[in-house]
Amino acid sequence: MSTATSLRTSTMAQALNSALRDAMQADPTVHVLGEDVGALGGVFRITDGLTAEFGPDRCLDTPLAEAGILGTAIGMAMYGLRPVVEMQFDAFAYPAMEQLVSHVAKMRNRTAGRMPLPITIRIPYGGGIGGVEHHSDSSEAYYANTPGLHVVTPATVADAYGLLRASIASDDPVVFLEPKRLYWGKAEWDPSLSVDPIGKAVLRRTGRSAVLVTYGPSLPVCLEAAEAAKAEGWDLAVLDLRSLVPFDDETVCEVVRSLGRAVVVHESGGFGGTGAEIAARITERCFHHLAAPVLRVTGFDIPYPPPMLEHHHLPGVDRILDAVARLQWED
Amino acid sequence: MTVLDHRHLAAVPGWLPGATGPRSDPAPLLPDASPVRVLGTPALDKADPKLLRELYRRLVVGRRYNQQATTLTKQGRLAVYPASTGQEACQVAAATALGVDDWLFPSYRDTLAVVSRGVDPLEALTLLRGNAHTGYDPRAARTAPLCTPLATQAPHAVGLAHAARLRGEPVVALAMLGDGGTSEGDFHEALNFAAVLHAPVVFLVQNNGYAISVPLTQQSAAPSLAHKAVGYGIPGRLVDGNDAPAVHAVLTEAVENARTGGGPTLIEALTYRIEAHTNADDATRYREDAEVAAWREHDPILLMERHLRAAGVLDDQLIQEAADEAEALAARMRAEFHADPELDPMSLFAHVYAEPTPQLREQAAQLAAELAAEAEVHNR
Repeated sequence: MSTATSLRTSTMAQALNSALRDAMQADPTVHVLGEDVGALGGVFRITDGLTAEFGPDRCLDTPLAEAGILGTAIGMAMYGLRPVVEMQFDAFAYPAMEQLVSHVAKMRNRTAGRMPLPITIRIPYGGGIGGVEHHSDSSEAYYANTPGLHVVTPATVADAYGLLRASIASDDPVVFLEPKRLYWGKAEWDPSLSVDPIGKAVLRRTGRSAVLVTYGPSLPVCLEAAEAAKAEGWDLAVLDLRSLVPFDDETVCEVVRSLGRAVVVHESGGFGGTGAEIAARITERCFHHLAAPVLRVTGFDIPYPPPMLEHHHLPGVDRILDAVARLQWED
Repeated sequence: MTVLDHRHLAAVPGWLPGATGPRSDPAPLLPDASPVRVLGTPALDKADPKLLRELYRRLVVGRRYNQQATTLTKQGRLAVYPASTGQEACQVAAATALGVDDWLFPSYRDTLAVVSRGVDPLEALTLLRGNAHTGYDPRAARTAPLCTPLATQAPHAVGLAHAARLRGEPVVALAMLGDGGTSEGDFHEALNFAAVLHAPVVFLVQNNGYAISVPLTQQSAAPSLAHKAVGYGIPGRLVDGNDAPAVHAVLTEAVENARTGGGPTLIEALTYRIEAHTNADDATRYREDAEVAAWREHDPILLMERHLRAAGVLDDQLIQEAADEAEALAARMRAEFHADPELDPMSLFAHVYAEPTPQLREQAAQLAAELAAEAEVHNR
């Protein structure tokens, strides 16, 4: 990638589109496939213009069948291509679950390393956009519980570009979760900056009182909560995980040990969720540095609610601040 | 509620299929009314005697492979073996119809097809022995790993064939399935994708009558499994799966048709599973002895011996040579499976990712410590 500085301002959706275009220009084996990715440019326009620029063989409108889409991508990867699959909506990816779990995740292992599958599976996920049922699920825990998959989720425009380029370049399959309520947020970013490797968390805000550990769609909420917490005398750090698998224990522990208090925030349900894993990892590694139990702020353990009720479900600033208040732990 | 007004839609050109006619004429896609046969028909006279002898030899060796592997399960040397006894004609024909650069996508019952592709007979059994998932190199053998989930390998075959065609390489993919697999969604998605992409892929369904214990009549109400092709716009073929030259001929035709741009074909081979589903299954609970006995009379090796002897293609000497080769393979299997395989526990972590995650590195260190402690106790 070039090192010349060329700042641009765009939405996350446009940054993802740029990442796909640049990856396809850089590597002729990169192929995009999925339902509506061609003429329509995807329902979120992430693949806008790719068929026009690269032709229908490189950006392929497929029949509507997610297992077929991912299964076909597996065969393409077996023959040396680097497919990027679009799943359109979180809950629409479930028909492909068997292909993902039984084949995508395991092919390298099943073949003793002889047949890696460099497939990127893009899944717009999460709520907050007023979608009706089956359009707002947060399925990251399912994927993170499947050995063989990388699971990443950007929360900024720059990361959307960088992490997608890194995912496409990865020789392992990556479940690339796109927080759809952040698609239209604009920011200035530098596409010429080198792409970070997958697996590194980043501190988005430093603080002296406690750390909010989060990722994807909950990052802006946490930043807002940290700002609001100043009024109550809390100086909160905010850590953006960016990658759930691999998990950056090193950075997480470094921050938690220095502050002694942590709240994990995500919008999917808490029971058996990624927050449970993160809280357990922190407790196991940082127990003697903790001044309070690691708390979780999550969505409720309910099927995703109708859009007119979703604001009660999604963790907001107040719920985060309530948890922060509980960090003043006394026996 | 809005009710679709079909009369209105029919007035829109091209909207309803009825308005412009069907996309393709189903008649040429329909399978043969009765299964294609070569043995016992005039077609046998036109067959290449060299090919017939080769098919016979492979059948006999394959039968012995099935028998020996089944015996090894009884001795605890294989964890499980789904025998293709009685289905050997489908297995060897699948392999002989493919060129060296073509790809095979086998199911768990298709070890013999994998061996017929040239994979070492013992490497083909690592999954079923339990010492490794896939003992062979899929790229070198142009053979995907044995697939245990039903029909999930069919879309892989489509994707690989599609990729090969995009690269302009004349490669064909053959996906092998059982009758039960045709009920799975992945089978239907694969047929549809193959048809729409016009991919050079062939689907071979070995209809052996039962999906574990469920008979075909409870599996499908279609006139034949080959008929399922028509709805996707691809041709279906029906063949006697115990007639090795017939299976070879139908497969070869489909493979060459795919290679030359003719698109996919679905082939149903009518055959029978003489053994139970696996060594762990009791077939007497769901099928009659008389049924098995009738199929034993229609055995693929028996048919070949009968018809090839009559045609003067096969004699005692060739039969003896095939039997000797089969015994030599069985002896080698016994000898090599008698020894316990050497296993490296640390290999558990070797191929999960290109680079192990920090979490896997920690767990590998944990196992290494456990192994060291065990070794210390052992050496004490």
